[in-house]
Amino acid sequence: MASKFLKSNRTGWLMAGPAAALIGCFVILPFVFAIILSFTNQRLVSPNAAEFTGLANYRQLLGMATLTLDPVKDEAGVVKLAADGTPEYPAVRSFTRNNPDHPDLAGMREWFSFDHGDSRTFILARDVVFMQALLNTFIFVLVVAPLQGGLALGLALLINQRLRGINLFRAIYFMPVVVSIVVVSLLWRFIYDGQSGLLNNLLGAISFGAMPKVDWLGNPNTALGAIILMSVWQAVGFHMVIWLSGLQTISPTLYEAGAIEGASKWQTFRYITWPGLRNTAVLVLIVITMQAFALFAQIDVMTGGGPLDSTQTIVFQAVERGYGKQDISGGSTISVILFVIVLSISMIQRWLTRERT
Amino acid sequence: MASITLKGLKKSYGNAHVIKGVDITIEDGEFVVFVGPSGCGKSTLLRMIAGLEDITSGELNIAGRVVNDLPPKERGVAMVFQSYAIFPHMTVRENVAFGLTIAGDSKEVKDAKVAEAARILQMEHLLDRRPSQLSGGQRQRVAIGRAIVRKPEVFLFDEPLSNLDAALRMDMRMEIGKLHKALGATMIYVTHDQVEAMTLADKIVVLKDGLVQQIGSPMELYHRPANAFVAGFLGSPSMNFLDVEVKAVNGNKITVANSALEPVEIEAKTGSYSVGGKARLGIRPQYLTPAEGAGQLHGKVALTERLGAETVIEVTLSNGKPLIAALARDAIFPIGTEIGLTFTASEAHLFSE
Ligand SMILES: Nc1ncnc2c1ncn2[C@@H]1O[C@H](COP(=O)(O)OP(=O)(O)OP(=O)(O)O)[C@@H](O)[C@H]1O
Ligand SMILES: [Mg+2]
Repeated sequence: MASKFLKSNRTGWLMAGPAAALIGCFVILPFVFAIILSFTNQRLVSPNAAEFTGLANYRQLLGMATLTLDPVKDEAGVVKLAADGTPEYPAVRSFTRNNPDHPDLAGMREWFSFDHGDSRTFILARDVVFMQALLNTFIFVLVVAPLQGGLALGLALLINQRLRGINLFRAIYFMPVVVSIVVVSLLWRFIYDGQSGLLNNLLGAISFGAMPKVDWLGNPNTALGAIILMSVWQAVGFHMVIWLSGLQTISPTLYEAGAIEGASKWQTFRYITWPGLRNTAVLVLIVITMQAFALFAQIDVMTGGGPLDSTQTIVFQAVERGYGKQDISGGSTISVILFVIVLSISMIQRWLTRERT
Repeated sequence: MASITLKGLKKSYGNAHVIKGVDITIEDGEFVVFVGPSGCGKSTLLRMIAGLEDITSGELNIAGRVVNDLPPKERGVAMVFQSYAIFPHMTVRENVAFGLTIAGDSKEVKDAKVAEAARILQMEHLLDRRPSQLSGGQRQRVAIGRAIVRKPEVFLFDEPLSNLDAALRMDMRMEIGKLHKALGATMIYVTHDQVEAMTLADKIVVLKDGLVQQIGSPMELYHRPANAFVAGFLGSPSMNFLDVEVKAVNGNKITVANSALEPVEIEAKTGSYSVGGKARLGIRPQYLTPAEGAGQLHGKVALTERLGAETVIEVTLSNGKPLIAALARDAIFPIGTEIGLTFTASEAHLFSE
């Protein structure tokens, strides 16, 4: 016998049915598959049956170790210097390849190293590219979230005024959101072009040619920054609209009361506007964070992860592995890792911004 | 000294002329009530005084300064809004102290002043609550607390009690009256409740369509209304108006009559009249008494409302027009009874068309 809950809500279930089925098919099912696949060695197309491999995929992606080495010394105990005058260290390769003393380091590569005292510590990773992708993604999120959120709030405050033609400004700021990110990325590739790009020409013109031409997307030092700038510009209008809707829920009488009590512009923002935007702020922050972690299209269109892996990101890696290298279990593992990261960060943000009573 | 003068004050929104030239003088420490029907411009006028609306033309003078172009904070006014306008995310204490926080006062000063305001308004026990945990009356107290804590010389109230139930409204009305006596500040109070106007005001300003109809003490307005609008607006139930014909003119003694009214001589205080012309005779329901015989007015009882202290009856006059009479105590007049009514000529008001 069906429970009362199911029976008495038949119409409700019927109406929710199509949406629930679609979400189940295209969100929940793939997600469950991803989790299952991440514990196997399934390939996208393969004649061999998949095998259960436990946490091997996770170990492969996240495996890290440190290795501290002393400089190479000659018989007299004097530090041997390399050609450029810095101390010479034993090759890391000799520890990570066929070294029976260090089986745990086998197959790892150097990610980066730092000196302390007389010795040097090497940070080794089993998958350096993925580590770089993780790092880039975190940098992207940490820069984009405050920058985009803050800019969007500033714009929202500006356009939340009763001025003639204010809707025109609202439309202009919102326009990039309507254009597909792929199109925007293509356009910005021209803007960032190293030779005749708009940005180089503009900088050249305002500096009377003093500014050297930069290949913004071809230079590992500027590529990620260029993509950050473009991404902030593209989605700022979307968050501006969310802020705007938050601003408009604040009763105008509160502002009048503030004016009567003599609040300055800043005090009005501090005591009336900002507290009234609390829930909006949580929403904007979480949405920006989630979108930023999903960074993919810009990379795919503009740099393909290069140059020198300086714009690798988590999602780009997931797609690259799952489809480019046909390693669907590796791609799935990356997706699951991303999911766990985003979930924990959202929960931390919610907890930090909770209503304190 | 915070006296206020409004000289030829006007306000237009584009082509909509909302305030059409208002002159009012308010003495220091006076309690002035603006009354009028909905949409007559009471709130607009008050907000112009507060500085929340621009003044289109005219001159506004507070405490000897022309303040037309000063922002609200420099006018030395406090305002209590109909919707309370207390800050939802602050405790009562923070709300009351808001003006002091803005001014940068120290915590000790704030605590002392908030405690003083809380004592006056009897809300010491509410100070640590949030607005969502307060009743409507308590919220209004908080709003008043925020206004009094800065000790401004002018208080502006825009229908502060209209969101409260009848009993609470009466309590708060009395408290506002007491507050005025205790603080001695100039207060301007907007309402469309004539009971609030009559009980609180030193001076009532009756507005209609953006124009002042009459200014005066409550009793002046009640007993000597300048026009039919003022006469009808004050008093409950409101004044009866009979369309009458002028039969004779003798100085300001006018004899009027109509098909349901025996000729009666009234001393006219306003207007000009000529024999054969039309006029309106106003009689307050309270000043009608049942007659022994036919009376000056007669008709049939159409409706009886017994309120205990008085009985309000609606009479259909012999010319078919309705008339309301408020009779003493619980006089009994079953529906359909023939009734004659009389009034004293000196208590009736005559208005020209
Ligand atoms: N921003 C505006 N633009 C155009 N007309 C307005 C505006 N604000 C108010 N009005 C008009 O001004 C008139 C007076 O409004 P106001 O709010 O002062 O009335 P009120 O006497 O306070 O009425 P109530 O008793 O209903 O509060 C109304 O007819 C209203 O339609
Ligand atoms: Mg109003």
